[in-house]
Amino acid sequence: MQANLQLEGVCVDFPIYSLAARSLKKTLLHRSVGGAIARDVGNRLCVRALDNVHLKFEQGDRVGLIGHNGAGKTTLLRVLAGVYEPTAGQIWRTGRTASLLNISLGIDPEATGYENIMVRGLFLGLTPAQIRERRAEIEAFTELGDYLAMPVHTYSAGMRLRLAFAVCTCDEPDILLMDEWFGTGDAAFVDKIRRRLEDFVERAGILVLASHNLSLLRRVCRTGVLIEQGRVVANGPIDEVLDRYDSSSG
Amino acid sequence: MSFPAPASQAARAVSDIVEGTRAVHLWGPLGWQDIRKRYRRSILGPFWLTISMGMLVGALGLLYGALFKAELARFMPFLALGFIFWTFISNLISDSCRVFINAQGIIEQIDLPLSVHVCRMVWHSLIVLGHNLIIFVPIAIAFLIWPGWTGLLIVPGLVLLCLNGAWAGLLLGLVSARFRDVPLVVDSVIRIAFFVTPIIWMPDYLPSRFRLHDWNPFYHFLEVVRAPLLGEAPSLVSWLAVLGISCLGWVGTLLMYSRFRRRIAYWV
Repeated sequence: MQANLQLEGVCVDFPIYSLAARSLKKTLLHRSVGGAIARDVGNRLCVRALDNVHLKFEQGDRVGLIGHNGAGKTTLLRVLAGVYEPTAGQIWRTGRTASLLNISLGIDPEATGYENIMVRGLFLGLTPAQIRERRAEIEAFTELGDYLAMPVHTYSAGMRLRLAFAVCTCDEPDILLMDEWFGTGDAAFVDKIRRRLEDFVERAGILVLASHNLSLLRRVCRTGVLIEQGRVVANGPIDEVLDRYDSSSG
Repeated sequence: MSFPAPASQAARAVSDIVEGTRAVHLWGPLGWQDIRKRYRRSILGPFWLTISMGMLVGALGLLYGALFKAELARFMPFLALGFIFWTFISNLISDSCRVFINAQGIIEQIDLPLSVHVCRMVWHSLIVLGHNLIIFVPIAIAFLIWPGWTGLLIVPGLVLLCLNGAWAGLLLGLVSARFRDVPLVVDSVIRIAFFVTPIIWMPDYLPSRFRLHDWNPFYHFLEVVRAPLLGEAPSLVSWLAVLGISCLGWVGTLLMYSRFRRRIAYWV
C-alpha cells in the first residue's frame, strides 16, 4: 500500500479541567517551555499543544522530530497515529501504522516474554497465527534466548526495550512512529535498532522519529521538523534543521 | 493525490462500534488475559471465582433461609442464581465506568476502535459468569431443579444483558473519563441496588402493596436470566422493560458517542 501522511492546519487543544487550573494560569502564562495557553469557546482554559500544523510525508520519508520538552512532539506523534483527532484541521493517512510511543504498552510484568509478544502483537493488529509465524524472527532479534520463557518483571529496562522493539517492527508496517526511548538500550542494540530502521526505510515506508539523540537523528533521518510551542518553525533537510535547533538552544 | 472527504462523526462512531465488535481476535484473547493476570501463580486459578461464590451462596442461603423462614428448596436456587447474575450485572456496570480510564495506555498509543475495550470488558464478565454458574449445577441437582425447554430462554436473556452491558460501557466509560466522580457515584448506587433488588429476598416476602421492584430495572434484568434457569418463563413486563431499556440506552449512547467519541483520547 502507498504510504502517505498529510496534515492540514491541524490544531490540538487540551482543555484543563482541574480546579487548580485558575491559579496555574498565572504561572503558566510566562514560561519558555510548553504550548500556548488560550481560552476556547466555552471559556475553558486550554493548552494549545499544536497550532496550525501543515505537514506532508510520502513514501521513503524519514523524518526527525526535534523540539524542547513540551514543544508538542509526542502530541504530534499521537495525531499522526490517529489517537488524537485534531481539534481543528484535517489529517489524511494511508498505510498500516505501527506506533512505538511507549514500550510498556500491554506489557504484563507477571507474564512471560512469549505471552507478552502475543499480546503486543495482537495490539498491532496481527492474528495469533501471524504472531506464531514471526516468533522465531522476534526471538532471534531480541537475543533474549531463554529469558523469553521467564516473567518480564525479571527483565532489565533494556531487555524490555528489545522485546517491544522486536515485536513492533516484525510486521513491516508502512508507517512507523517512534518516540524517544533509546536511552535504555546498550550500544550494540541501539546499533541494531538503527540498522533495522534503515532497512525499514529502504523498503520505502514513512518513519517519524522524535528524539533528542542528535547523532542518531542525523544518521537515520533525512528530513527534520523543528517544533516550538506547538508550531512547526523549520521543516527541511535534517542537517539544516538540527543546526538551527543547536543555535536556538545554545 | 486527492483524499476522500472525512466521514461524519456519527458514521465514525458507528464504524468504531462495528469494527471494534468484529475484532474478536483482539478482545477474545485479551479478555482471557485479564482473567489469567488476576489468578497468575494461584493453583486453582479462576476456579477461585467458583469456590468463593459457592461459599458465599451457601452461607447466605442458610442464614437468610433461616431468617426469612424460607423453604430452602425454593430459596436456595433463587438466591444462587440471583447472586451469580447480580455479580455479572454489577461487574458490568462498575467496569463500564473504568473501561476507558483503565485502557489509557492503549488509547493514547494505538488507533484502535474504542469499542474494542468495551467488548473486552463484556467478554471478561461473561467468562467470570461462566465460572460462577458452575455453582448452580450442584444446587440444581440437590434441589431437583430441571429447567427443561424454558431454560433455553436464558439465551435471549443473556444476549440482552450483554447488549446493555455494551451500551453501558460506551456511555458510562465516556462520561467517567470526563467526570471522575461518576464511577464513585455509580458504585454507591450499585451497593444500594443490591439490597432493594430481590436477590437475597424473594418478591413474595413483601406485602403486595410494596411491589416497588416492578419499577426497578435491575429486577427485570435479573428476571430475564434467572427465571429461565429456575424453569419459569420471565413475565412479559420483564421482557418489555429490558427491551425498552436496551433501545433507549442504545439510542442515547449512539448520540453521546457520536458527539464525544473523539474527545475520549484527550480525557483519559
